[in-house]
Amino acid sequence: MIANYFLGRRGTTLGAVVGFAFLAALPLFLDDFHVSLLAKFLCFAIVAVSLDLIWGYAGILSIGHGVYFGLGAYAFGMYLKLEAAAGKLPDFMAWSGLTALPWFWHPFAQPAIALLMVLVVPMAVGALLGFLTFRSGIMGVYFSIVTQALALILSLLLVGQQPYFGGTNGLTNFSTIFGYSLADPNTQFNLYYVALAALVLAFVVCVLLTRSRFGLLLVALRDDPRRVRAFGYNPALINVLVFTISAGLAGLAGALFAPIVGIVSPAMIGVVPSIEMVIWVAVGGRGSLIGPIIGALVVNGAKSGFSESFPLFWQYFLGALFIGSVLFFPNGVYGAFRWVGARWRASRRDSMRGPAAAPAAESLAARLQRGQFRP
Amino acid sequence: MNAVIVQAFNALSVSSILLLIALGLVFSFGLMNVINMAHGEFIMVGAYMTYVVQRVFFAVFPAASGIYIFFALAVAFLVSGLLGLVLERLLIRHLYGRPLDTLLATWGVGLVLQQTARAIFGAPNVDVIAPSWLNGGVALAAGVLLSYKRLFILALVVVCIVAIYLYVTRSAPGRRMRAVMQNREMASCLGLSTARVDALTFALGSGLAGIAGCALTLLGSIGPTLGTNYIVDAFMVVVLGGVGQIGGTILAALAIGGFGTVFEFGSTASIGKVLVFVMIIAFLQWKPNGLVALRARS
Repeated sequence: MIANYFLGRRGTTLGAVVGFAFLAALPLFLDDFHVSLLAKFLCFAIVAVSLDLIWGYAGILSIGHGVYFGLGAYAFGMYLKLEAAAGKLPDFMAWSGLTALPWFWHPFAQPAIALLMVLVVPMAVGALLGFLTFRSGIMGVYFSIVTQALALILSLLLVGQQPYFGGTNGLTNFSTIFGYSLADPNTQFNLYYVALAALVLAFVVCVLLTRSRFGLLLVALRDDPRRVRAFGYNPALINVLVFTISAGLAGLAGALFAPIVGIVSPAMIGVVPSIEMVIWVAVGGRGSLIGPIIGALVVNGAKSGFSESFPLFWQYFLGALFIGSVLFFPNGVYGAFRWVGARWRASRRDSMRGPAAAPAAESLAARLQRGQFRP
Repeated sequence: MNAVIVQAFNALSVSSILLLIALGLVFSFGLMNVINMAHGEFIMVGAYMTYVVQRVFFAVFPAASGIYIFFALAVAFLVSGLLGLVLERLLIRHLYGRPLDTLLATWGVGLVLQQTARAIFGAPNVDVIAPSWLNGGVALAAGVLLSYKRLFILALVVVCIVAIYLYVTRSAPGRRMRAVMQNREMASCLGLSTARVDALTFALGSGLAGIAGCALTLLGSIGPTLGTNYIVDAFMVVVLGGVGQIGGTILAALAIGGFGTVFEFGSTASIGKVLVFVMIIAFLQWKPNGLVALRARS
């Protein structure tokens, strides 16, 4: 009974509540540096959740999610930069010989517009890319390759645009956020809770989405696209929708990342950081939404620990993580935990009631066909 | 006019290297539906093998140092090919039918290979001294110099393409490869060892990456992340060209290399990349299967 409670759907909810309560209590026991570090990891956890929504449920692997994370970060970074410049021209523009603020920077002086752009820009780019690719049937690995190419191109573009976006250095030297000093530990402390709230929000949105009829359609589309199409659904539209939502969540994470870390640069957009985001999901366990949060926290915690003491071995370790998680733990840490729990539950049931035949698994597509949308 | 000739020559030379890299990918992707992200690292391995061979020749047989490049090509092909064979047998074999997983696992292999190169050769880039007879070039007119190095690469790529064409169309293993590519089940029923065909094809593709790496040493210094710079473009060639098609791959490489050079000439390098990407996406709206689609009964 207790095991049932912990491993069923209610168990997921309970586990999430306990986990988030733990994360909420953690800053009380940490110094300022580690609170900021953990806040950064929370941003990464939001990206991991957004990736899991498309990879774990819809089977769309984006290895270029740094694009949407970066667009959100740049959108909010532009606001922070203008606030730091206090009415003058931002420093890097002056160094590059610009005399007036470019027109597309003007709206970002308004916090409300900047906050809106944090979601709108990544979602628009995600929707456009999704529309152009899914519509012409570019799926699976082809889509992954295209997302990667976009990550490469956006990072090159930002590096090349020194006068407009700060080039390789990106946007730096932020001073305040909505008037509060970023150097103040209290601001960082509060930003931690904003990031945690955003993570909870992203998690709840994704849980509700995946448990809805829409979520079932995603899984059905992943497992048997032809059948879903035969029912009269438009697979391209569903894919574009979910990809756009995921891009928006990644943008939100980027916007939080900007004030917490204090720098927005093309280095966090390119091919390498984008694919590292995928490993957080793979290690934690795709298709669980909780797993990716665990994965993002654990992998990044290990990274900052490792790179302090054994910088040389980190890349070997990361490589081994990629290979190992695919080969031995396709469902990640969380999947392994659930598997052990399910085995234990099965053995308990057998010992109490004797072996019972497991109900035949019915495909989701078949359930959709019968009009039974809820699992 | 002179500038146009120089640009066209540069475009051709960029395309030819891209083609060599993409050809290896086309086979592993078309035949096995495997996305080999470690392909870039096979390029890097080929480049470092060339570095080693060059150092050995200059130290041991200074008199014969001019011909080291031919030995280097052979060594690069063999070592990269062997590495590919090992990778296929140890890892990729277990991941058939899971293309997204091969993408992630081979990326991990790439990271390990990069770090290994860093451990052996050091993180800074190293320079390979080109054979002295490749210095200079053919002067067509004032200001128009076709360098021997780039001409050599062009000739090398032509030789490779002819060899691949003959292998695929005329040789027994090439025929077996096409049979498996077109209909795996039927080929298997007729007694072909598909596992052996897979392994051989993968090794061949990796070997081609090694040759590309050897060619790249003529154009600049090499480092552990050499391959990463080329791998994304090479995959775009595969997507644009159509899977498993030599003809489509050649066209796609020429198009991406050519347009890239033209756009870069007209604007900046980063804007050029953006325009090429937009062009590819636009083209795929029209022909989603790429330039040449594989016709097969499935």
